Amino acid sequence: MKLQFKRSSWAGPYGIFLLLFVILPLVLVGAYALYDGDGHFTLANMAAFFTDPKFSDSFLLSLEIAIENTLICILLGYPAAYILANKELNRSAVTALLFILPMWINALMRTMATAEIFAVLGVRYGKGTLLFGMAYDYLPFMIYPIYNILSKMDRSYSEAAQDLGASPATVFRKVTLPLSLPGVMSGVMMVFMPTVSTFAISEILTNNKIQLFGSVINEQFNNLMWNQGAALSFMMLIIIGLTTVIFGGDEQVSEGGLV
Amino acid sequence: MKENDVIIDIQHVSKVYTGKKVLDDINLKIKKGEFVTLLGPSGCGKTTMLRILAGFLAPDEGVVLLDGKDISGTPAHRRPLNTVFQKYALFPHLDVYDNVAFGLKLKKVPEQEIAARVKKVLKLVSMSDYEDRDVDSLSGGQQQRIAIARAIVNQPEVLLLDEPLAALDLKMRKDMQIELKEMHQKLGITFIYVTHDQEEALTLSDTIVVMNEGRIQQIGTPTDIYNEPVNAFVADFIGESNILKGRMMRDYRVAFIKHEFDCVDAGFGEDVPVDVVVRPEDIYFTTDPAKCQFKATVNSCTFKGVHYEMWVDTDTGYELMIQDYDPYEVGTEVMLYIDPDDIQVMKKERRTNTYPARVVDEGKVEFLGTKFACDTAGFAEGDEVTASIRFEKVELLDNVEEAELVGNVVFILYMGNHYHLTVKLENGENIWVDTNDIWDKGDLVGIRIAAEDIVLQK
Repeated sequence: MKLQFKRSSWAGPYGIFLLLFVILPLVLVGAYALYDGDGHFTLANMAAFFTDPKFSDSFLLSLEIAIENTLICILLGYPAAYILANKELNRSAVTALLFILPMWINALMRTMATAEIFAVLGVRYGKGTLLFGMAYDYLPFMIYPIYNILSKMDRSYSEAAQDLGASPATVFRKVTLPLSLPGVMSGVMMVFMPTVSTFAISEILTNNKIQLFGSVINEQFNNLMWNQGAALSFMMLIIIGLTTVIFGGDEQVSEGGLV
Repeated sequence: MKENDVIIDIQHVSKVYTGKKVLDDINLKIKKGEFVTLLGPSGCGKTTMLRILAGFLAPDEGVVLLDGKDISGTPAHRRPLNTVFQKYALFPHLDVYDNVAFGLKLKKVPEQEIAARVKKVLKLVSMSDYEDRDVDSLSGGQQQRIAIARAIVNQPEVLLLDEPLAALDLKMRKDMQIELKEMHQKLGITFIYVTHDQEEALTLSDTIVVMNEGRIQQIGTPTDIYNEPVNAFVADFIGESNILKGRMMRDYRVAFIKHEFDCVDAGFGEDVPVDVVVRPEDIYFTTDPAKCQFKATVNSCTFKGVHYEMWVDTDTGYELMIQDYDPYEVGTEVMLYIDPDDIQVMKKERRTNTYPARVVDEGKVEFLGTKFACDTAGFAEGDEVTASIRFEKVELLDNVEEAELVGNVVFILYMGNHYHLTVKLENGENIWVDTNDIWDKGDLVGIRIAAEDIVLQK
């Protein structure tokens, strides 16, 4: 008998991987979240997210830091991407590489190196060092999708705008910027979502002085409070999911690359 | 041409791109209300010229005058010209109305007037009721209409059109040609149109400017350009033609395909080599031996819709193309004649390849950046000389490694019994070759020149 493979059977191994390492853990997280340590069904763990100020405050702080970090990344990343994508301003491919190069090195190592530099310089750990470290880690994820969309943008759009009487500033405001928004959106998703749940950067760069939501969850698991940890993770998952729906509803986001 | 009728005056404009001269001393006056077409093959410089007019490029040399004022320093957004782009370049984030209103909003025209003008111009391009449509939802032809509307709503003095119909299918292109012509008449403004499509140029234009290799080859009305091409390039590029080597015997008498004909040209001198163009529809069949000027045998006959296209071999060994409404069977011996009016005699642009050269050693001469063996008797080392090589003495090789020079075939002309090729060398110089071998445009060829075929002159 001849062995026959359908094309779809090639997806089998990955299907098993998904089942074991994505679906099953999600179910487990959901299950742990809804039970207490003794195996009784409860909503108390979920409710604690809203009622316990330790949890809700750190979540709000995480949101605040994530929003600030995203804004910093846009403010730094957009001009950088614009310069990179402009052939007259940037004549060599090396510059683009220099911006992307940090992505090749593990984020944890970069963060630890940053912490060392701050220590040597005598900079006090705090929100400032935290935001610095986050922007440093996540900036390439903002630059890349914007660069991608700007460098692929047809030159004739800005020429058409000039032709119709738009000064260079107006061309940017009325044509280049609106057309590059999908790239910005893509960058926002790639920077905002992981920063909400980050904990390593805050631990290393603030010496745990600032506890972000990710650290709080981590703490629950370290203290063997699995059900509480799972409930907090679950809430965060829902909130991140909602963000994706809000920002990612626009199909154009995918044009920005990476996502 | 009265000076105050001139709206655009291009004077001595040159532009160099990465060492290549894409525009070489362009001089052109364009009248108010004229429909001018810049026509030429890709890379001839026509689009560069248009971009200089629009202000996206600055010329390296020369000036552009608009209404007598130099606009070389005026940036694109301050020029009273508008462009219709080849790929339309409609703003995808704006709907049809906002695309068309873009220019007017920037000029702070009152909202009510904008609405009225947009409505009017959309009606002109037959796109009323499309105001709220997304530009991506429109077909290519519709997008092109919106692109035209977006430009003309600003009431420019000059409308620049960069191959606006190139992306449309044949049927749509023909319809849009007629509409463009009507629009031009209605608006009364100057149109400067860029195309590589000779038929489009002949259909639309008041004046055609034929360009090649950054130079203007000929300026004239469509009929002038078609009936009286000034050189082999124009004759070949516009319509079908038989281009042949000829010899002006004396005024009104020219010899080609080893026959003599009466013609209407004079002033070339006596016994002077010339090029001759005869359009395929201007060679007539006859059954009257008294009218017959030469005989030929039909070797192919193809139906082309309106006419038949036939290739005939003349009794003197030349191949000619003839177009006629009546077919003749292959193998038929036919009698042919040409009216004196229909013979276009052109001055030969060149009779031989000539290059400045230097004797570098006994038996060695250097030109085109390469050393060639040749007879240097009578010349001393270091002498500055002129080397000339007859077209038919240049040998083309498939194998570029064995060759002294390497180049690309850029232009092929069939001269009835041989091909006349223009080969562009790697250093940008041209060498012209007569050959019986068939090469294709773009072929990479090696070039070898035998020592005895290089003739040196002081």
